[in-house]
Amino acid sequence: MEKRVVFRSAWLPYALLAPQIAVTLVFFFWPAVQAVWFSFQEQDAFGLRTEFVGLANFERLFRDENYLASFGTTALFSSLVAFSGIAISLLLATMADRVVRGALAYKTLLIWPYAVAPAVAGVLWAFLFAPSIGVITYVLKQAGIDWNWIIDAEQAMLLVVVASVWKQISYNFLFFLAGLQSIPRSLIEAAAIDGAGPLRRFWTIVFPLLSPTTFFLLVVNIVYAFFDTFGVIDATTQGGPAQATHILVYKVYYDGVKAADLGGSSAQSVVLMFIVIALTAVQFRFVERRVQY
Amino acid sequence: MQMKRLALALAAAACFAPAAQAQTEIQWWHSMGGALGERLNGLAGKFNASQKDYKVVAVYKGQYPVSMTAAIAAFRAGNAPHILQVFEVGTATMMAAKGAVVPVAKVMADAKEPFNPKAYLPTVAGYYTDLKGNMLSFPFNSSTVLFYINHDSFRKAGLDPNKPPRTWAEVNAAAEKLKGSGQQCTYTTSWPSWMHIENFSAWHDVPMGTKQNGMGGFDTQFNFNSPLHVRHVAMLGDMAKRGLFTYAGRTNQGDAKFSSGECAMFSGSASATAGIRKAARFEWSANFIPYHDDVKGAPQNSIIGGASLWVMGGKKPVEYRGVAKFLAFLSRPEVQMEWHTGTGYVPITLASYDLTRKSGYYDKNPGADLPVRQLTHKAPTANSKGLRFGNFVQGREVIEEELEAVFSGRKEAKAALDDAVRRGNDILRRFEAANR
Repeated sequence: MEKRVVFRSAWLPYALLAPQIAVTLVFFFWPAVQAVWFSFQEQDAFGLRTEFVGLANFERLFRDENYLASFGTTALFSSLVAFSGIAISLLLATMADRVVRGALAYKTLLIWPYAVAPAVAGVLWAFLFAPSIGVITYVLKQAGIDWNWIIDAEQAMLLVVVASVWKQISYNFLFFLAGLQSIPRSLIEAAAIDGAGPLRRFWTIVFPLLSPTTFFLLVVNIVYAFFDTFGVIDATTQGGPAQATHILVYKVYYDGVKAADLGGSSAQSVVLMFIVIALTAVQFRFVERRVQY
Repeated sequence: MQMKRLALALAAAACFAPAAQAQTEIQWWHSMGGALGERLNGLAGKFNASQKDYKVVAVYKGQYPVSMTAAIAAFRAGNAPHILQVFEVGTATMMAAKGAVVPVAKVMADAKEPFNPKAYLPTVAGYYTDLKGNMLSFPFNSSTVLFYINHDSFRKAGLDPNKPPRTWAEVNAAAEKLKGSGQQCTYTTSWPSWMHIENFSAWHDVPMGTKQNGMGGFDTQFNFNSPLHVRHVAMLGDMAKRGLFTYAGRTNQGDAKFSSGECAMFSGSASATAGIRKAARFEWSANFIPYHDDVKGAPQNSIIGGASLWVMGGKKPVEYRGVAKFLAFLSRPEVQMEWHTGTGYVPITLASYDLTRKSGYYDKNPGADLPVRQLTHKAPTANSKGLRFGNFVQGREVIEEELEAVFSGRKEAKAALDDAVRRGNDILRRFEAANR
């Protein structure tokens, strides 16, 4: 039996799609095209003089060894954020899935951080971990750890990763929980009757069945780490110490918004756009093969 | 609701029609939050009460970079404010935007408002004046860097707090003693680039860039990798290694480290005084910043930081007359004295400085005249008049990154400053190309 809904009208499907397409065009494609256009230009802050400079902005970027170094920083940062974000929320979701009493309260609390703006999250974490006055700094000092991310590169990286992951856990958690709830109980019960322990049940039944969700979250989290984390960084390390947390998107934000260097900033965002397009393509090409729908 | 509001508006218009028609609004965008914002609103209110023709509307637009970005966006959309407060590092960007801004000297001349550039403190006004002597923007809130010490910690370490360290050698000696007495953090700084490169250069009468620190043209080159600069930054790196210098961050994070008593010596803005006075539970003093005593001509004079008021272009002549009237109002000695004593920023005219001195304010508040005395310590030279580097928002970031590399022991001072100069020069060349 044909289950698909078939539109008999020629224009109705397009009319129904139109709002979504309009939003995508205006808020996604138009700015992207503009960024590409600006990236070929040299412009003063006020836009009084605009000069077409071809690929000069890109040439300069790739001559700058600090810009090249921030690719490495970005790769490290993004993989840490994506991996730990997914791992922690998967753990939390499996736990929450098993809770019987007070489940709603747990879930609500776990979803809460998603409503917090990145900059606010950054400020919160910066306060908790502030080198001389932070609460957690104080606890760490008692434990004999010298906590000073203002000058310690590794600690600075740790701080921005923790703050960014915390922000994203709720989102991941929601999807994992929904994924877990759609796994038929009978499957797990059958495995349990056959004598499979909880860990074995998880790895051989639950995890493979969750793989579409995990794959989707991998893509989303990498995009998040690449694009949405400048607020957290701006509120905490501002790229420092030296350039330890200077990820690509933060430089886009800094040069474009704070330093009013539109040409340079646009060129960087075009580079960033291509990286993410390439990464997503790679993920669909290679990682998706291992996904079982 | 709509009808009611309309009726109200009509009624109001009927009552005030003559006054409302004559009054011209002047939009003033600024970045003074909190108590400073209240003081600023006080100035606008006083001006509005002093005459009937113009009304200055002060609008807080967020911190310096935010308000500047907002104003640039507004200009591009064709509705910039009349007056915009811009931080000192944005000076070259504003100045280069011909057509977007009108030099203050021209605004005053066009409005035939009496205006004498010589009446202003040379180191304050000089920062915002071109080489021909035309004032480009109106110096509004200026401070400078001071050297603070904690008297209680000094006494505990067996040091005489009434003899604060004057040279960097003395700072090092004091730091050793303070550390010996159990002081966790002996020295810290706020605004590392402003203090240890920009003011350091002026105070030692050495350039940090060619062409009079950029005042002579956009084809300026950084050269703050001289042996003296390297020696100073290496000294700080060494102090950090020996636990005598605790780095606090790129902005004013050092302020809290001093006012909480954590650090015994501190280089920070004169505008930190108010916060320290409020928070410090110990005896302290502000002093001249230290210098290297084997450098000829040091100490020279320090330079300012803070912001100035830029007049935006494309407005009506009557509005510019109002702007001129307002700037003249701000220059009045009694207005300046009120702003100076209320905020801790330096007075911008010599007359207001004299007036404040005669009022006995400095006798009652010892040290309150320190910033002015340090800024006018000697007549400014080409090296100590001020800075004008294109896109110095980015330039400062580069300097701070490289300084951090030294303070964390990852780079030698010479290599770091060489890199900072090279990367900084790239930024200057781009700015030059974009503003040709």
